[in-house]
Amino acid sequence: MRSKTHVHTKINGEERDFLCEPRQSLLEVLRDTLNMTGTKEGCNDGNCGSCTVTLDGRIVTSCLVLGVEAEGREITTIEGIARGNDLHPIQKAFLENAALQCGICTPGFIVATKALLDKEPDPSEERIRFFLANNLCRCTGYDKIIQAVQQAAKEMQA
Amino acid sequence: MKWFDYQAPTTLANTLALFDSHPGAYLLAGGTDLLVQLRAGRKQTDLVLDIKHVAELNEISFDVADGLTLGAAVSCAQTYENAAVKTHHPSLAEVASIIGGIQIQGRASIGGNLCNAAPSADAIPLLIALSAKCRVASSKGERQIAVEDFCIAPGKNAMLPGEILVSLHLPAPKKGSGASYLRFTPRNEMDIAVAGVGASIVLEGGVFKHARIALASVAPRPLFVPVAGDSLIGKPVNVESIEAAAELAKGAATPITDMRGTVEYRRHLCAVLTKRALEAAVKQAQEAK
Ligand SMILES: Cc1cc2nc3c(=O)[nH]c(=O)nc-3n(C[C@H](O)[C@H](O)[C@H](O)COP(=O)(O)OP(=O)(O)OC[C@H]3O[C@@H](n4cnc5c(N)ncnc54)[C@H](O)[C@@H]3O)c2cc1C
Ligand code: FES
Ligand code: FES
Repeated sequence: MRSKTHVHTKINGEERDFLCEPRQSLLEVLRDTLNMTGTKEGCNDGNCGSCTVTLDGRIVTSCLVLGVEAEGREITTIEGIARGNDLHPIQKAFLENAALQCGICTPGFIVATKALLDKEPDPSEERIRFFLANNLCRCTGYDKIIQAVQQAAKEMQA
Repeated sequence: MKWFDYQAPTTLANTLALFDSHPGAYLLAGGTDLLVQLRAGRKQTDLVLDIKHVAELNEISFDVADGLTLGAAVSCAQTYENAAVKTHHPSLAEVASIIGGIQIQGRASIGGNLCNAAPSADAIPLLIALSAKCRVASSKGERQIAVEDFCIAPGKNAMLPGEILVSLHLPAPKKGSGASYLRFTPRNEMDIAVAGVGASIVLEGGVFKHARIALASVAPRPLFVPVAGDSLIGKPVNVESIEAAAELAKGAATPITDMRGTVEYRRHLCAVLTKRALEAAVKQAQEAK
């Protein structure tokens, strides 16, 4: 038997240990090993952004990160965005602007949007569109998503 | 993905020793090419060596005598956020910011872009234009490869078994220099170049003193076109000299027709993009004064 590797990380602020095969992506580990199914799989090759999480503060596509690479690092997933039972302003803005239909792309968009607004509270529309270029949506259309981001930006500054 | 083992050595010596004893291993920098290829079955291996914990591969430093040292595993985001890169090589910061989207840039390295040796790789024509040198090491020793000699065929580079890319070295820009990389893609971001052009120039008294031009996506490897750059040397900065160089770049291109564009279209793009890249480089050189 080939042995699994023990990995120690911090996920959404909590210390987490897991066992994984070196070939498993961080996305597979999150969904299949840790049962954190908020993070979605779309393309599995880095293009769609639905698997976006932060790794030591930077957004990455978790389908292109190995689970073993998470050793000693900090991860934030969509499950870590809400503040207890209260939705984060970005989540509220997506709901209020009907910025989702099937919702597969939504966790990725929200994690990426938070990374943007945490660093740049008042981005231009062009900046928002460029920053979110690695996130694809097949149903909603981007205008509503951009409006949601703009509303969230306003509310987070207030 | 098929089963493989994973190791993350923390010193260059250990990395080289491991790579020497496992010739079939693949090195993992950002994994944005490697993991895609392993998953698709285009590459197979028993061992993945994560090189991101080796100090030499993470170095990013600048001094006037040695120029810029860019460790092979430094990510695109670390590259464009670096103050020295922004000041001394703004064109490198620019190219790092067009590779993929933000998620890709947090992982993908310039070194990996080069090692993967795709004819369409965006960073390589600029590195060629900027006269970058590759520091390559194996357990037997070190050597330097000029970046224009590094890629030899689609997906193939000039390194021998056991050799790894440690860092890239870009000479400090001379007074009056400017550089630019421009690509044409149907979508503004997150797309593969139909054609791309890197250009670097040095001006002195309104005359080209030095010029290098290289092309992406129009040959089996990133294409250095010395005749195009050389044609400018000693010529005044004007439309005629720039258009003549652009025609020479177009003449050197040997593209193929595929879903992204035809031979004719790509050759036309070479001329247009060379002209614009030279104009952008000239503007940068003139504004720096
Ligand atoms: C969604 C998406 C969008 C992309 N967009 C672009 C784009 O716009 N432009 C573009 O040019 N590319 C693009 N790419 C391709 C890719 O991101 C780049 O080529 C990237 O720079 C590769 O760097 P990496 O660190 O991820 O390399 P890795 O995948 O880690 O490595 C690439 C190859 O080089 C080898 N290698 C890595 N480091 C070394 C070393 N130090 N010594 C020896 N061998 C080494 C690896 O074993 C592997 O074979 C995109 C990829 C994706 C998934
Ligand atoms: S599933 Fe990771 S980018 Fe699409
Ligand atoms: S809501 Fe369905 S993909 Fe975006």
